[in-house]
Amino acid sequence: MFVPGRRLPVALLWATLVGVCACGDDGAADRSGGTASGLDGTITVFAAASLTDAFGEAADAFEEANPAVTVELNQAGSSALREQILAGAPADVFASANPSNMDQVAEAGETAGEAVVVAHNSLQIVVPAGNPGGVEDLEDFADDDLLIGLCAIEVPCGDLGRAVLADAGVTAAPDTEEPDVRSLLTKVASGDLDAGIVYVTDVVAAGDDVEGIDIPAGVNVVAEYPVAALAGSGEPEIAGAFVDFLLSEDGQAILTSHGFGPA
Amino acid sequence: MTTRRGAHSQRGRPPRALVLLAALTLTFLLVPFAALLQRAPWSGLIDLLREPVVTEALRLSLISACLATALSLLGGIPLAWMLARTDFPGRSLVRALVVLPMVLPPVVGGAALLFAFGRRGLVGGPVYDGTGFLLPYSLWGVVAANTFVALPFLVVTVEAGLRSADLRYEDAAATLGAGRWMVFRQITLPMILPSVVAGAVLCWARALGEFGATVTFAGNLQGRTQTMPLAVFLALESDREAAIALSLVLVAVSLAVLLPLRDRWLAA
Repeated sequence: MFVPGRRLPVALLWATLVGVCACGDDGAADRSGGTASGLDGTITVFAAASLTDAFGEAADAFEEANPAVTVELNQAGSSALREQILAGAPADVFASANPSNMDQVAEAGETAGEAVVVAHNSLQIVVPAGNPGGVEDLEDFADDDLLIGLCAIEVPCGDLGRAVLADAGVTAAPDTEEPDVRSLLTKVASGDLDAGIVYVTDVVAAGDDVEGIDIPAGVNVVAEYPVAALAGSGEPEIAGAFVDFLLSEDGQAILTSHGFGPA
Repeated sequence: MTTRRGAHSQRGRPPRALVLLAALTLTFLLVPFAALLQRAPWSGLIDLLREPVVTEALRLSLISACLATALSLLGGIPLAWMLARTDFPGRSLVRALVVLPMVLPPVVGGAALLFAFGRRGLVGGPVYDGTGFLLPYSLWGVVAANTFVALPFLVVTVEAGLRSADLRYEDAAATLGAGRWMVFRQITLPMILPSVVAGAVLCWARALGEFGATVTFAGNLQGRTQTMPLAVFLALESDREAAIALSLVLVAVSLAVLLPLRDRWLAA
């Protein structure tokens, strides 16, 4: 007959023993997981929209280095991701396009340890290939005859874009304020807008469909991308390893190839 | 006075299984609204309603939803009539195509509208080059997006009304010498009025809440193209309480319009 009271402690004992073995002996991982790192599981990474391509590649490289690991990416505007995390969405890593969203997540006690900056970005004027509107610099953003797009002020690229325009003393006449940087980029790439202000990395991502016009260093801003493993993660080891990977030489090489400034 | 409608018309208790499932469904529909009410920032609600961003978005939402409904009525009733009363090759295909916007993710619908009526679009390109007229980034762009997404709701409802209407009245009128146009105006339209109103209500409500197609096609600019759903979405990025309050305003406005309508038309 089954007697729970007698079997449970035995089971616990076994679990403890196995646990001790796994922790005490680095070699144990090779036997149990069959991978070099011993990491085995799935993590969900919440990454800002502007990180879409770079993080896709970084996730692939991380999975290649850890064959038993799957990285799932959830990409949206940083503030939308912040809201999802604060509402209890199952996320293991958060990569924000600005410090303020990360700070709010950290203040809510949702991060595990300090956030680290893994990349930098700056802004550029983006125009469709061939520059049909003849846009030259930020002054053109005040031109009513051009179709001008900005990001909405509620999202980081809109906030930074307005700071740049204010520094340049330009009162912009936008025709639309897009809810995220990718939708702005898409409308410029399709020729539905004459110009917009996006991240340098977005111009790289859009390839031949668009052209970038540099904003003078004096008025340009530098955006920081802080990343943190999250406290609610069911796979804290993998989450930590992914953050470390982003800071590693390989991770940084991927990020800079997409136009990001190094950590 | 007794009526033939509703609970009075049937004897005995309603079956328990139906009542239970109906109650569960209602709960599922209403709990999220209760949760919304519970999170609402009641104290700041009045101040919020006075902010230009809210009043302008509300005005744009109401205007564009009404214009989209008017356009849908103008074009949708004839389309529904064609589908229900005439026979032409490929009718089933046309009917399937008409409901496409219901299935299409609205953002894709918005992109499709851009490909068609955008500055470099199939139709929009030549029109812009010739006249300088551009639908996107204007109120008419919002109306176009709303109409594209909401029109099928009207067509489907009105067509169902036409199909269930008794054809004998139309036949009798025709026998008495009325032309098809006269039959349509004098007999058909009054007979299917409840379906038309129901379809218009669905269409209006769908247009009022439209987000994806609008933001993709018409863009987002306060006072010009920013409707309530767009304002709510952006408020959510920075201020969750404001977003909840705005959603409640939208819900309240639609209830204020729909409740009297339902009593007057749909239950008549």
